[in-house]
Amino acid sequence: MTNDLSVRNMVKRFGDFTAVDNVTFDVPKGSFFSILGPSGCGKTTLLRMIAGFEGPTSGEIDIRGKNMLDVPPNLRPVNLVFQHLALFPMMNVAENVAFGLKRRGVGGVEVKQKTEAILERVGLPGFGEKQINQLSGGQKQRVAIARCLVLEPSVLLLDEPLGALDLKLREQMKVELKKLQAKVGTTFIYITHDQSEALVMSDRVAVMNNGQFEQVGTPQELYGKPKTPFVAQFVGDNNKWSGVITQTKGDEVSITTDEGYVFHTKPHAPCPEGCRVNLFLRPEAMRIEPRNTEGLNVFKVTVKSILFDGANSRLLTVTKEDHELIVTLPQNRKFDYIQPGDKISVGWHPDSGICFEAEG
Amino acid sequence: MQRSRLAFWIFFGPVLMWLLLLIVLPHLDLLTMSFRGENDYGDAVWTMQNYTNFFMEPIYWLTFVRTALYAIITTFITFLLAMPVSFYIAKLARTKVQGALMILLLLPFWVSELVRIYGWMILLRESGVLNFFMLKLGIIDTPIEMLYNDATMIMGLVYTSMLFMVVPLVSVMESLDDSLIEAAHDLGAGRLTIWRTIILPHCKPGITSGSIVVFMLALGNYLTPNLMGGKNSLWFTEQIYNQFIASFNWNQGSAFGFLLLVLSSLIIWVGLKVTGQKLGEVAS
Repeated sequence: MTNDLSVRNMVKRFGDFTAVDNVTFDVPKGSFFSILGPSGCGKTTLLRMIAGFEGPTSGEIDIRGKNMLDVPPNLRPVNLVFQHLALFPMMNVAENVAFGLKRRGVGGVEVKQKTEAILERVGLPGFGEKQINQLSGGQKQRVAIARCLVLEPSVLLLDEPLGALDLKLREQMKVELKKLQAKVGTTFIYITHDQSEALVMSDRVAVMNNGQFEQVGTPQELYGKPKTPFVAQFVGDNNKWSGVITQTKGDEVSITTDEGYVFHTKPHAPCPEGCRVNLFLRPEAMRIEPRNTEGLNVFKVTVKSILFDGANSRLLTVTKEDHELIVTLPQNRKFDYIQPGDKISVGWHPDSGICFEAEG
Repeated sequence: MQRSRLAFWIFFGPVLMWLLLLIVLPHLDLLTMSFRGENDYGDAVWTMQNYTNFFMEPIYWLTFVRTALYAIITTFITFLLAMPVSFYIAKLARTKVQGALMILLLLPFWVSELVRIYGWMILLRESGVLNFFMLKLGIIDTPIEMLYNDATMIMGLVYTSMLFMVVPLVSVMESLDDSLIEAAHDLGAGRLTIWRTIILPHCKPGITSGSIVVFMLALGNYLTPNLMGGKNSLWFTEQIYNQFIASFNWNQGSAFGFLLLVLSSLIIWVGLKVTGQKLGEVAS
C-alpha cells in the first residue's frame, strides 16, 4: 500500500509559539484520515502547510512520493475545502466547479462534461445554472467538495467543513461524506474538533494537542485503548478518579481513591506501589444494579438527575463524598423506576477501567 | 400623528429649502438664460443659437472632446494606481498601519486644492526644487520646464483624485473574504488570474462609484488644468469661465454649463451600459 501523503518531523513556529511540534504521519492511499483536536491545537496550521499556504519551519511533506516544500499551492496536487467553503459568489455553481479545470487549460466541452458528471456524483444534477446564494447549507457544502474533486486531487483536505451546519444536517452530511469518500476513493484528510465526526467517518484518527500528535489509531483504538490521559478525556466522555496504587498482583492493581474506595483494575503501563494515578471510567462501563457482582468494583451512588437524551440518556449521580459520576442509562425500560434522589449501586469490570500515572 | 408630521417638516424643511433655493432655482434660471439671445435688432428673444454655437464652432466641441478624453485617461490612471494601494491598505497592512495610511491619504485634503497645486508648481517649475537638485547632482545641464504640459496636468489631476478612488476601493476590498483568494490559489489560479477572476469582479461596485466620482471631478476641475496645464491646454471649464467672466456672455456660458452636465451624464450612462451595471446597484 502506497502512501498518498507522508509528513516527516514537521515543525511550525510563530515567534516563540510552536504551533506544530515535530509531527510525523503517513496517510495510505484511499483512506479517510482525521486530525482531531481542541481549537488552537495547531491542526489548521498543519493543514495549511499541507495545502501550501504556510511554509514549515522544518520538516518534509511528500505527496505521492514527491517532495512538496517548494511547490506553491496552485501547483500542488491537493485541494482544500475551506471552513466557510469560500465559494465564489460572483460565479454560478457550474463556473465555481469549472474554475480549477479552466485554470488547467481544459477544453470547453470537456469542462462541461466533467462539471456535469461531478455535480451528479455529489447529488446536485442540473444545479449548474444556480447562483451560490440560492443554495442551502448542505448544497453549498457539496458544491465546495465537487469543486475540489473535479480536479482529481491526490489528497482532499477538509477544514472543519461541517462546523457551520445545524446539527441535523451535520449528522446527515457525516454519513454522506463517508459514502462519497468510499465512492470516489480519494484520500481525505479531515480536521475537526468534533470527536463524533472524526470517529464516525475516519479509517484512522490522529488526536492532536499542543501541536503534537498524542495518538494515531483507528477510532476503536482511540476509544477503547487511549494511550494518554488527554486522549482518554478528549475522545468520548469519561469519569475521572484520582488515587494511589496500594497493591499490585500480576497485571492487576488495587487503587485507593482519594475518597477511600478500593478498585481493582489493569493499569495502562506498569506502575509501582504508592504511585499516584488517574483512573478513567466510561459512562457505559458502569452497570446499574449489577445482578452478578463477582469480580466487579461495586459502590453506592445517589441519583442527582436524569439526563434524558433518547438512546444517549445518562444519569448524573454523586457518591456520598460528592464525587460526580455520569452513568449510561440504557433505554430498555429496565431502569424506568429510577427517580432523582434514589440510591443505587453501580459496578464496573476491572478490564474497562483506564488507568494512567498522574503527571507531575 | 400631527406632531410627527410637524417634526418631519422641521427637519426636512431646511434640506428642501437648500435644494430649492441654491440648486434648483439657479439652475432653472441658467436653463432659461441658455435659451435666450439677441436678434439682429438687439432685442432679447428665445433661441437655440447658444447650443448650435457649440456644435458649429470646432474650438468648443473639440475642447469638450479633449476634456472628456483627458478625464477618462485620468480616471483610468487613477484606477490603475489606486488598485494596488487599496489592496495593500485593505488586505496586507496591519490594522494599526491601515489607519495611519488612510490618514496619510487624507492629509493633503486638509489644505485647499490651490495650495496643493502651488506646492506642485514650486517643485516642478524651471527654477523649482526638482530642477535645483538635478542641476546640483549634475544629471542635467540646463533646467527643464516640467510645468505647462498635458502630462503634468494629468499627473496633477490624478493626484487630486486619488483619494476618491482609494476610499470606495478600500471599502469593497475589506468585504472580500481572504479565503476566496486562497481558494482560487488552491484551485490552481496564479496571481493574475486571481485579480482577473476574483478581486476585480468583487470590486466592481467600488470601481464604478470611484470612477464616476473621479471622472466628474476631473471633468469639472478648473484649478489644476488652468494652473498646471498652462496656456495651451484648454479645459472645458475654462471655456465656461471665459464666457461668463471674459466675454460676459452669460447666455452662452450657461448653455455650455448645461452641455457639460448633459454630455458628462451621457458618458457615464454609456460607461455603465458597456460594463453592464446599474446606477442603483453601484450607489447601494
